[in-house]
Amino acid sequence: MASVQDTKSSRGIRGVRGRGIALHAVLVIGLLLSAFPFYWAIIMSTHTSTEIFSYPPKLLPGSHFLQNVRSLFDNVDFFGSMVNSLLVACAVTFLVLLFDSLAAFVFAKFEFPGRRALFVVLMAIFMVPTQMAIIPQFVIMAKVGWIGSMTALIVPAAANAFGIFWMRQYMRSAIHDELLDASKIDGASFLRQYWHVALPVVRPGLAFLGIFTFMAQWNDYAWPLIALTNPDNVTLQVALSQLNGVHGTTDYGMVMTGALLALVPLLIVFAIGARQIIGDLGKGAIR
Amino acid sequence: MATVPALEKPPVVLAETPAVRPRQGWRKYWHLYAAISPFYLLFLAFGLIPVGFSLYLSFHRWDGLGSMEWAGLSQYRYLVSDSDFWSSIGNTLIIWALATFPMIFLAMVTAVLLNSAVRFKNVYRFAYFLPNVTSVVAIAIVFGSVFSTNFGLVNALLRAVGLDQVAWLNTPWGIKVAIATLMTWQWVGYNAIIFLAGLQTVPGELYEAARMDGAGPVQTFFRITLPLLRPTLLFVLVVSTVTGLQSFTEAQVLLQNTSNDSTFSGGPDHAGRTMVLYFFQQTFDNNDFGYGAAVAWGIFLVVVIFSIINWRLVQRRDED
Repeated sequence: MASVQDTKSSRGIRGVRGRGIALHAVLVIGLLLSAFPFYWAIIMSTHTSTEIFSYPPKLLPGSHFLQNVRSLFDNVDFFGSMVNSLLVACAVTFLVLLFDSLAAFVFAKFEFPGRRALFVVLMAIFMVPTQMAIIPQFVIMAKVGWIGSMTALIVPAAANAFGIFWMRQYMRSAIHDELLDASKIDGASFLRQYWHVALPVVRPGLAFLGIFTFMAQWNDYAWPLIALTNPDNVTLQVALSQLNGVHGTTDYGMVMTGALLALVPLLIVFAIGARQIIGDLGKGAIR
Repeated sequence: MATVPALEKPPVVLAETPAVRPRQGWRKYWHLYAAISPFYLLFLAFGLIPVGFSLYLSFHRWDGLGSMEWAGLSQYRYLVSDSDFWSSIGNTLIIWALATFPMIFLAMVTAVLLNSAVRFKNVYRFAYFLPNVTSVVAIAIVFGSVFSTNFGLVNALLRAVGLDQVAWLNTPWGIKVAIATLMTWQWVGYNAIIFLAGLQTVPGELYEAARMDGAGPVQTFFRITLPLLRPTLLFVLVVSTVTGLQSFTEAQVLLQNTSNDSTFSGGPDHAGRTMVLYFFQQTFDNNDFGYGAAVAWGIFLVVVIFSIINWRLVQRRDED
């Protein structure tokens, strides 16, 4: 940032301040554009359909929010779907953290026959598009009897190539070899090394992967739409889509209320981990 | 720290591992294989076997229930001449281009601005990132109302300035513009943060030197920032291509109630029917699992071809 400061002397304080204001003005416009759809959803969730369909459009909050919440709960099992979403997102996050970090630890710090080949396979899997596997997955799940249950969402997502790759990159630099070797001399077993040496130092990395996994799982839509064949037992995103999909009779106030309430758990998780997510995302990309 | 030299020995030992007899190797390394096994087992069950099965399936006729019937290459032959598949490729590419190029441009501008604005940087980054963590289903519902013909905000604006209304979700171009706008909105902030990370690796002295030589901001951007940002640009372009060509949720949620018989129709004239939407329609609406598998392989091929093109484009310039 030294270069920005230096310009002061050459261009004069006034010019810099003017440019600074113009800069922030552009950034604020961008910020408003980012935020506007959220504001719009809030406005719509507080109005009746008649108010929403009128012209000019309402730009300030109305007083119909609670009625919209009530008709939302009447029309869809909102809490049941939310419990399903929470169950799936939490279970997947836990399993991904466990399995991915274990595998990443092995690939980052140990040598064994076949290591290179296995890692190449892992990277190749990273590239395989998911819809290739959807039909057979559906057929396999139907055979095992998981179709229609949350198990169909949790098990296939319990470990992933992205997480292993990402954690391996992280662990390679974060865990020092001297520390591992010292613990080996002390006679620590593999699991002990994993638990007492590796995990404590990669906690920030785990936080990133965990939040990332939770959010991705919470928002997942295509596979749950296919796999959850019982319309009364679905995740939140599928329930929202059902609300929106009723042909010709969309009650926008109610649907917007649902969309907003479905965002709440996600926003809580994001607010907790925003710094981690935004910081590490950049690091991962330029690595 | 006198022990350190001794501790650095393990790599030497490791280099000798091929000499270890296989059976001994297994016993020695079993815990490592056990630790990586969950991923490979899951991949075997839900990745490799399904992909193999899907290849097998694409050579058969199957409705998902009855018995399979050998079809040879006939489904691929049909795919090549299937005008619906080709038009879904066209739709996907148009939507991808309409979304990606404005998105990359806006993301770069945002990143450059953020890189020079010292104050409130974290507030901006948080706000710009928010659209990306929101679920596509919720976003598509909101954008569906923003682009609605009768009460949508876009048409209200057009009406306010005295222009004709547009039936956004009823015309081929309107549908594509609406989907692309949604995608752009969702991904600008995300990619701006990635570009910002790339920008922060550019040494400040370089800008200093450029200014000494009398380069203006535009010249600096094209001569210094852009070339040094190329690896980041490649990353963004490749990720946008792979995800953009497989877009599904945006169009599905936005247009699902425009047709009575299929939630995967992609709107009037199927103008928003992307490749993956077509795959879902063939497979789960028509129960044509065999042809669906062939469509999936067709999509895979298209994604691979465009990834290679992308890569070549950015690599080629590197060598010049």
